[in-house]
Amino acid sequence: MSLLSLTRIVRRGPRAAAPVQAEESAEPVAAAPAMAAPALEISPNDPIVAYFQSASGAVAIQTLELDSPALEALKQAGVELAAPLVSQGELVGLLNLGPRLSGQDYSRDDRKLLDSLAAQAAPALQVAQLVRRQEAEARSRERIEQELRVATLIQQNFLPKKLPDLPGWDVSAHYRPAREVGGDFYDFIELPDNQLGIVIDDVTDKGVPAAMVMAATRSVLRASAARIVSPGTVLGRVNELMCPDMPPKMFVTCLYGVLDTTTGRIRFANAGHNLPYVRTETGTIELRATGMPLGLMPGIEYEETEAVIEPGQTMLLHSDGVAEAHGGEGGREMFGFPRLLDVVGARVGSGEVIPRVLGELHRFTPAGWEQEDDITLVAVKREWPAEARLESTGVDLVFSVPSVPGNERRASERVAEAIAPLELAPARVDRLKTAVAEAVMNAIEHGNESNADLLVEIGVRSDDGAVAVRITDRGGSRPIEEPDAPDLEAKLEGRQKPRGWGLFLIRSMVDDVRVETEADDHTIELVLRLEEGSHEHH
Amino acid sequence: MNTTDFAATVHRDGDVARLELTGEISGVAEEGLQEAFGQAGDARTVRLDFTAVDYINSTGIALIVGILAAARKSGQTVEASGLAEHYREIFRITRLSDFMTIIDGGEGQR
Repeated sequence: MSLLSLTRIVRRGPRAAAPVQAEESAEPVAAAPAMAAPALEISPNDPIVAYFQSASGAVAIQTLELDSPALEALKQAGVELAAPLVSQGELVGLLNLGPRLSGQDYSRDDRKLLDSLAAQAAPALQVAQLVRRQEAEARSRERIEQELRVATLIQQNFLPKKLPDLPGWDVSAHYRPAREVGGDFYDFIELPDNQLGIVIDDVTDKGVPAAMVMAATRSVLRASAARIVSPGTVLGRVNELMCPDMPPKMFVTCLYGVLDTTTGRIRFANAGHNLPYVRTETGTIELRATGMPLGLMPGIEYEETEAVIEPGQTMLLHSDGVAEAHGGEGGREMFGFPRLLDVVGARVGSGEVIPRVLGELHRFTPAGWEQEDDITLVAVKREWPAEARLESTGVDLVFSVPSVPGNERRASERVAEAIAPLELAPARVDRLKTAVAEAVMNAIEHGNESNADLLVEIGVRSDDGAVAVRITDRGGSRPIEEPDAPDLEAKLEGRQKPRGWGLFLIRSMVDDVRVETEADDHTIELVLRLEEGSHEHH
Repeated sequence: MNTTDFAATVHRDGDVARLELTGEISGVAEEGLQEAFGQAGDARTVRLDFTAVDYINSTGIALIVGILAAARKSGQTVEASGLAEHYREIFRITRLSDFMTIIDGGEGQR
């Protein structure tokens, strides 16, 4: 045989309509170096593919008549005989032979040899092609994963390591990246004269490019905020600096506010970001300010708005990941701004905004929901001044812990710290600690089903000669039944399970226990009188 | 919380096996406590030493109930020592102290 080459069939990609360019590693194999035939690629819709697939053996090329570009190419390359390599009904290649060096025709034996060679080569070739394709896919998957890791790293490196600790203010933040990390970001900038810069932004796009733009925005904004007082001017300046270097089709929505922590006055400007909500005594209001996103075009001026956050009010900044989450009936409904506004304004439970929003989002989205976009929430709450606290709703402390076993101890320690000024007898503090730990453990395990994304809220309040601790979880729709009163003898004899002490302990430790459910919230309130009174043990 | 939150050492002195418990008696103690009780073997008296225990919750109470039930089955006596006052109160409320001897004494008191 004088000329042997292997023809490769170009395959359609999984979704591409046109033949894909074959990967480099699949170079045609040329076994006759002296007269190697040129590589030939056959389009999958060439009629010769069907012809080869149904051929019973080697095909004489020069005498074949078919309207086929590939056939023309084979003829021109001087191919005499082509043995189709068919495996599992699929044409995976051709063994092509040129004229015999002797000039004679190929004999019957030659053809038989060629056919048996083709029959053995075809499955091997198909396996090799499959392996190469899988290797290429694995490499590309690994590249994507690596990129995601890099993007996450950049993102997390630039998020604030700790929240600002301001007297009279309770600042909390929640950031949860989507699997394909988006460009969400928040920041707090300490400014002179008790002022705090608050930033939330969202870069369109995902992965490393978004993370890089996020990092650049952060630096430029921090630098500008340090020199310029007016938030509108800061955003204008950031926009000027970002525009020349912004990659095409990318931009940044950003809200920047400067909070005077002594007066509660906040001045802010908005570059196309979601409007902040303020939860007040009478409902929720939207703070309005508009402006073009950063990086779209130079020369933009940003309107500035002013508001005052009064004691007891909370301002919530939020990214698209919440309002644009899909769920509800058939998973096609959007969470939406109106719903978010309702959740923020709801006045149930002990009242932290972020756990409430996350709880509602969890209820709205289907089980195993893969988050579509980053979720960022920043809540800035102005506390009542110390002297007003007892006269008003009297909340001394509200905090939350993720629903992770072990956090019940941390929560009970924190409650103990909060009530330290009340100078209760140590034994009573111990009782309250045990009751709180048990109630928080129930909230973690039963109410929130140990879902670490859900928070347990704990509110501590002292007035009317008693301290009340409210523990709220999201298990309102499936309240747990109180087990039979534990009977130790029955337990020791195996007539009752060894467990089931939690609620019994709680009731034994404090003076009063109240349970309430409202929508999805389940709250247990533990009341301990400040003076030891008529509390009797069982 | 992980398994290092609980540890148990078994000391054998004649008929008495003393289980020196450290850390918290909660869900994290389940395996370690049962293993330690197993090591007490046929000792007539199993003494749970709570001197170095700083937290017992309802799951921990259930574990102690389990130990007590197993000990009673095999005719062993269970004692508790070194309990802080708060937990002695809990042992009273749950009536655990009706079924095991609570050894007083200064050690381990908070």
